[in-house]
Amino acid sequence: MEYVLLLHDDEKRWSVMPEEQFRRETGAYAAYTDALREAGALVSGNPLQPTATATIVSIDADGKTNVLDGPYAETKEQLGGYYVIDVADLDAAIAWAARCPCAATGTVEIRPVADLTIPA
Amino acid sequence: MISTRGAHDVAERAAREHYGKLLAYLASRCGDVHAAEDALADAFAAAIECWPASGVPRAPAAWLLVAARNRLFDDCRKRQRTERVRERLSAAGRTAERELERDGVLEDERLAMLFTCAHPAIAADVRAPLMMQVVLGLDAARIASAFLIRPEAMSQRLVRAKRKIADAGIPLRVPDVADMPARLDAVLAAIYAAFADAWHDPAASDPRTRGLAAETLWLGRMVVEACPEEPEAMGLLALMLHADARKDARRDAAGAYVPLDEQDVARWNAAQIDEAEALLRRAAGARRIGRFQLEAAIQSAHTARRRRGSADWRAIVALYDELLRVTASPVVALNRAVAIGRAFGPPRGLGALAAIAADPRLENYQPYWAARADLMLRAGKDLEARTAFERALGLTNDPAVRAYLGARLDAVARARAL
Repeated sequence: MEYVLLLHDDEKRWSVMPEEQFRRETGAYAAYTDALREAGALVSGNPLQPTATATIVSIDADGKTNVLDGPYAETKEQLGGYYVIDVADLDAAIAWAARCPCAATGTVEIRPVADLTIPA
Repeated sequence: MISTRGAHDVAERAAREHYGKLLAYLASRCGDVHAAEDALADAFAAAIECWPASGVPRAPAAWLLVAARNRLFDDCRKRQRTERVRERLSAAGRTAERELERDGVLEDERLAMLFTCAHPAIAADVRAPLMMQVVLGLDAARIASAFLIRPEAMSQRLVRAKRKIADAGIPLRVPDVADMPARLDAVLAAIYAAFADAWHDPAASDPRTRGLAAETLWLGRMVVEACPEEPEAMGLLALMLHADARKDARRDAAGAYVPLDEQDVARWNAAQIDEAEALLRRAAGARRIGRFQLEAAIQSAHTARRRRGSADWRAIVALYDELLRVTASPVVALNRAVAIGRAFGPPRGLGALAAIAADPRLENYQPYWAARADLMLRAGKDLEARTAFERALGLTNDPAVRAYLGARLDAVARARAL
């Protein structure tokens, strides 16, 4: 089954981090990504730019496209990255989520990917 | 040829005896508890329709399993279920067929089902109800009344939990030894709740209650086997064995209610009590006391009456002190007050009762009023005893208990008239 791991963390932490710690923490993510790949569980994954770079788009009732700057809502933790993994079941996904460096500094949300393929 | 009525009876008996096992088997192989329930319900309906004409099959459970599996296949075609689900189902069907062909015996997946319901990804308040429904086959209304919530609310919670098992991919299997202790509390709580539910219906007025106590005992044994190092699992089994050992003594030959301290000890099941005592000793060796061991120890102290003619009330009070510390339950506080009354005299029992009298949870709790009536009577306060008996009488739904309380109320009224 495919699951998305949504990594929520305090993004301000990263902007004020001493360089040595930054290297250590990004190194931990690199090692984790390698481990996922070697286990054959990795589908994809990326860090995201901070919420200050976010743009919100919606179309109103008149068909006009509205473009807004910034994150939708202020929260204590922000979505800072994601992994898509393919593993046997939720227990395996939980085991991988617990190993993710983000689980120690923030939280990891596991969402199963909805399977909508209809057989021919 | 058998009658529709006969087919119905056989199907219902098969349902009662095999429901949990069949559902656990189907669900663990298709990963979807809800779909398995629907398929099994249809299989029972088909049995009632087919059996009067075709005769009851030699192995009713196997017949039901094959019918339910076919139904799952149909369902999967009709609803154009996704490839993943179809694959799982066809694998399930092949395995079921092979196992039935081989020796007609199905692998028992109920323990896996029990621990799956206690998965940490399932909301804590629905774990025990879910086990009662999918492992023991109790309906939502019955479970709702055991947990004091509205049936519709309970139904919704159960449906949501089953959907989560299927959609989030929660595996139906016995967890690793490392994960077991964390889930054990919920498993034990569910078994206890189901046992208590069966216990409160001693006449088995509800057909589903027949066999429920035996099934919960069986589950308790299975958990002890799976977790042989867990003292609380042994404690729960000991508690259930003690209670079950007295089931025949709870009513006299005429079906009248007999309170615990007036029961004929010769009618207690001595072998079961011995087994409970041995379990409790084994549990004590782990030196990790808990709620179920304490409750079993209280039952054990009651059985001292077999040897010395009276229960060990002082020991019972000490055990209730500890149990109250662990559970903070008003029901435990109530039983403690009763024990204090027996060990140290009615005035002290009434004192302990006064401390919890304001708890709103006891306001409509029949045993509270029955206990209060008894303590008042023993303290010589007939008027208060009478009021409390009347209140208790209005709150009971068990005819035998009602008759017992009514007789005691009459006795007080007569004594005052003299």
